[in-house]
Amino acid sequence: MTRHLSRRTLIKAGLGVAAGGALGGTVRLADRCGLIPANHRGIYGLSETLTYAGQRLLTKLPSMAREFDRSQISAVSPVNGKAPTTEPYQRLLGGRFADWRLTIDGMVERPGSFSLDELKSFPSRSQITHQACEEGWSFIAEWTGVPLSFVLDRVGIHDNAKYIFFFTFDGWWDSIDMDDALHPQTVLAYAMNGPEMPLDHGAPLRLKLSRQLGYKSLKYLTKITVTDSAKSIGDGLGSSAVGAGYSWYAGI
Amino acid sequence: MAQVVPVPRLSVETSHAVGRPRHSAVVRITHWFTAVSFVVLLASGIAILLAHPRLYWGETGAVGSPSLIDLPLPFVLDVPIRGPGRYLHFLFAWVSVFTGLVYVAIGIPSRHLRTNLLPARGDFTVRAIRRVIENHLLFKRPTAEDLTTYNVLQRLSYSTVVFVLAPLILWTGLAMSPAVTSVFPVLVTVFGGQQSARTIHFFLACALMLFFMVHVALVCQSGFRSRMRAMITGHGGVRKEPS
Repeated sequence: MTRHLSRRTLIKAGLGVAAGGALGGTVRLADRCGLIPANHRGIYGLSETLTYAGQRLLTKLPSMAREFDRSQISAVSPVNGKAPTTEPYQRLLGGRFADWRLTIDGMVERPGSFSLDELKSFPSRSQITHQACEEGWSFIAEWTGVPLSFVLDRVGIHDNAKYIFFFTFDGWWDSIDMDDALHPQTVLAYAMNGPEMPLDHGAPLRLKLSRQLGYKSLKYLTKITVTDSAKSIGDGLGSSAVGAGYSWYAGI
Repeated sequence: MAQVVPVPRLSVETSHAVGRPRHSAVVRITHWFTAVSFVVLLASGIAILLAHPRLYWGETGAVGSPSLIDLPLPFVLDVPIRGPGRYLHFLFAWVSVFTGLVYVAIGIPSRHLRTNLLPARGDFTVRAIRRVIENHLLFKRPTAEDLTTYNVLQRLSYSTVVFVLAPLILWTGLAMSPAVTSVFPVLVTVFGGQQSARTIHFFLACALMLFFMVHVALVCQSGFRSRMRAMITGHGGVRKEPS
């Protein structure tokens, strides 16, 4: 009886260890393939990971957000939130952003900063794409800016860079993976539907992602940090919005 | 068709002794997974909808642009239900997708879908359909034979849910995903745009809710306890007649 029991216990333990090892191995492999999101913990982390992994496997195929005709640009383009009222932002706004600079640091060869004129002198990209808010409304607009991949190339990111973090004048911070960072439709936009970025839409510079919901396209950018881990920044979940129910990955 | 026709007085124990459950274990398990998922998806869907209870047609839509329908619901923006609502919606979307895959993967080779769900050829006679409708209108309790198989209206409604509404609500959900449609734009363009897909998603949810309410009402009408027992234990499909 004891032998029988101990053998059963042994088999169970063995299976447990094997299953745990297999799971651990799978998680490590998935992580290496870039299939584990920054907020993978907890019960919701399970579905977040399934969604992120599923869509990242899918976007290994040719993946370009639809672009539209100029005639399809929406008459109204609403925004949530207003321009920051903080002193540094208001001072830069007063000077028409002549003194504004975008700082880039972290895992880069040449950390530094760019003025708005410098960014505008880089090769630009204009795209007429859809912007959907997680609330349900959406609009189409034309965004013009410099592809993020160009700026990252300029500063020389390290090979093991994994996340690009963005910090704003209104206190938000968020991050994207390299798949989105290097995507041709990911731009640092300085104009929308005209020669400038409207104030409420994130002047002087905002991120414009084309394959995620609107809240990931942060406005009022001030700094970019390149990292290989989301853990060291803020609460370690990759975004200031995760705690409020906004997924880190919003490809939905 | 009728392998075992139990006589009306057949007790639960005898039915058990026959050995063949009214619903197979796979049907029972996937039924309850689906039931729980549906309720959570509906509640969390409402939480998401309340952030912007306006529906549009085409690619875009926002306050300030013409709507298709202004739902008579308040805009609820600052209540902490929407965040958990979204997380729950996607968690249970995955639960229902996996449940559906198991159901279909086992339902096809076991011929459950073919035998129990799709209407049989003889079902589409005027007489058969009229008999079912008459029984419903007269609030007739089902006979023992009725309880061993689905009638034509049951088959039609279950088939519509399984083969039409469920795949379409998943499809319109994916059509709202900017990442998925960046790979397969046709998923959204067939509906005429992202806002059209959102509107269709809403009406599919309404159709499923209607099915859910009628389904529960008819379960109550035909004997709540015996129907529940049949879907939980697999047995007891035959109601015990009061002696």
